Amino acid sequence: MAKVNKKTKMSLLGRRAIFGYLFILPFVLGFLLFMVKPLIQSLIMSFSDVQVGAEGFENVYAGLDNYKRALTIDPNFSRMLLEEISKMVFNSLATIIFSFFIALLLNQKFKGRAFVRAVFFLPVIFSSGVVVGLEYNNTLLSGMKEMIEGSSSSGIADTLEIILSNTDMASGFVEKIIELVNSVYDIAIASGIQIIIFLSALQTIPKSMYEAADIEGCTKWESLWKITFPMISSMFLVNWIYTIIDFFMKSDNQVIQQVQTEVTRNLDFGYGSALAWIYFGVVIAWIGISTLIISRVVYYYE
Amino acid sequence: MSKAKAAVEGRRSFSERNRLSGGYLLKKTTGSVVLKILRFVLIFGLCFMILEPIVNKFCVSIMTEKDLYDTTINILPRHLTTANYSVVMELMNYWKALFNSLWISIAVSIVQICACTLVGYGFARFNFPLKKFWFACVILIILIPPQTISSPLYLHFRFFDVFGLFETFTGSAVNLRGSVIPYFLMSAGCMGLKNGLYIFLVRQFFRGIPKELEEAAYVDGCGTLYTFVRIMLPDAKPIITSCFLFSFVWQWTDSFYSALFIGGKDLLSTGLASLADNYTNYYQIVNQRTGLASEALLQQMNATGVLLVVVPIILLYLIAQKGFVESLSSTGIKM
Repeated sequence: MAKVNKKTKMSLLGRRAIFGYLFILPFVLGFLLFMVKPLIQSLIMSFSDVQVGAEGFENVYAGLDNYKRALTIDPNFSRMLLEEISKMVFNSLATIIFSFFIALLLNQKFKGRAFVRAVFFLPVIFSSGVVVGLEYNNTLLSGMKEMIEGSSSSGIADTLEIILSNTDMASGFVEKIIELVNSVYDIAIASGIQIIIFLSALQTIPKSMYEAADIEGCTKWESLWKITFPMISSMFLVNWIYTIIDFFMKSDNQVIQQVQTEVTRNLDFGYGSALAWIYFGVVIAWIGISTLIISRVVYYYE
Repeated sequence: MSKAKAAVEGRRSFSERNRLSGGYLLKKTTGSVVLKILRFVLIFGLCFMILEPIVNKFCVSIMTEKDLYDTTINILPRHLTTANYSVVMELMNYWKALFNSLWISIAVSIVQICACTLVGYGFARFNFPLKKFWFACVILIILIPPQTISSPLYLHFRFFDVFGLFETFTGSAVNLRGSVIPYFLMSAGCMGLKNGLYIFLVRQFFRGIPKELEEAAYVDGCGTLYTFVRIMLPDAKPIITSCFLFSFVWQWTDSFYSALFIGGKDLLSTGLASLADNYTNYYQIVNQRTGLASEALLQQMNATGVLLVVVPIILLYLIAQKGFVESLSSTGIKM
């Protein structure tokens, strides 16, 4: 009898912990089996001078040389890093706002909604894997476009740009806005996933909440901020992190390209891994800071 | 009584009703009409922007080579042909590749999503030692671009071993390259393409579901596993379907993991990646020339290839869409 009691006493938290481990077991196993070794190898490489010989690789310990080279000697790397980060902040904000807005729009009832949703799913396909590379270097069409633009007078956007840049408004701001308008296609293509994530979150909000708010005299605008926002705030966090990562890992990102050139063309594995690790460090730090800030406003049912 | 009143109201003219409501009706109707028009313009513009490149590709893919160099032709071709399709299909070994891509993508995404759902639920609802550490690992695997660990991973599977166990028993490490097994193993261990993201998504989603739902099930004597399957899973349907779709699409178009692990099989993604080279060879053989095919021609072939790869997914999406976006209203009570 005493034994049973003891068992049930410790089981309350203990059993939950065991079940928790059972649930995450696939991940733990996968991580230990497949990821730890490559990760450690690449970390070791970043601290050493990798020499490619006839019998494979040989690591010669070189201390912090690779890191020093990246940050102080390499003329391009720090500049690229800064450039990519500033671009990322701007683009990911734009992407999040755009996708949230589109998701709200697509969640309304209107004719042809199914079709429009299907169309907005296309960017998911076009921003993935092999398709994306082909999409970007479509030289035939871009050549044709240049020819057309050269022959005809400048488009609306260009004229507007000229007019706006002559006004007294803060030119930096105007430039950013124009840049944003010009890159609306890129933003739309980049926000396919985010739209779907927001949509599926929007659909879990029970209608009864809106009805109750409506009866209490809440306007649509108020219920957007008091109901929709808190209810999907956790998905804001996901989307924010995903957007950052997606931007950083794009194959047309300068830093990633630099890493790939170092590894594949110059066969400088040590330096390449060091670059990659610096990059990870920066990305993780940035994600950590922004997550801390965002998670203060995220609302959970707990 | 009220019926009669309603009938009278229906017969009243708009202006009269407006007068009765003190101008409110007119304001409201104009507002909603303006909103509708704005919405239509916006959606139309965005849809056009997304669809335009596809339409463009389609038009290029049904042109003859002559039309490509004709400057008067912008979009609509003058000479229609389907020859491009048959050439590309032959070069990509289309039907076989389609079949392979289909079963591998479906199987891989099912395995990945099952594993990731379990792990995501574990992270969302249980407290256990080292939880923060393991979650940091999840973030880590989202962050690492697969390219950077490809060569160690390749070696890892070429000489696969678990802590030297195989070597002690059989004398040598196992070569797992060239088969689909390693990739399935990785998927089951949540190490496939972007799997960390699915874990994160599922976790966030489960955290948004009220705890009372689960507690009620526990109080009623439902076990942990049973609660998960019967109570939580049905609620998570939308997020699981979206994850499945992402996983499927990414697997379908992925050439990196496919080339690394499934090298021997014809797949649509790898076929598309090597289409330009294959076409150049084909061009040289057919035309008995050593020159290269023109840039425009290669682009045309690529456009055709992209369409052939993308169309099956779009069809699949259209079929799955109903269950995907509309399933929510039927999944029962949330509060």
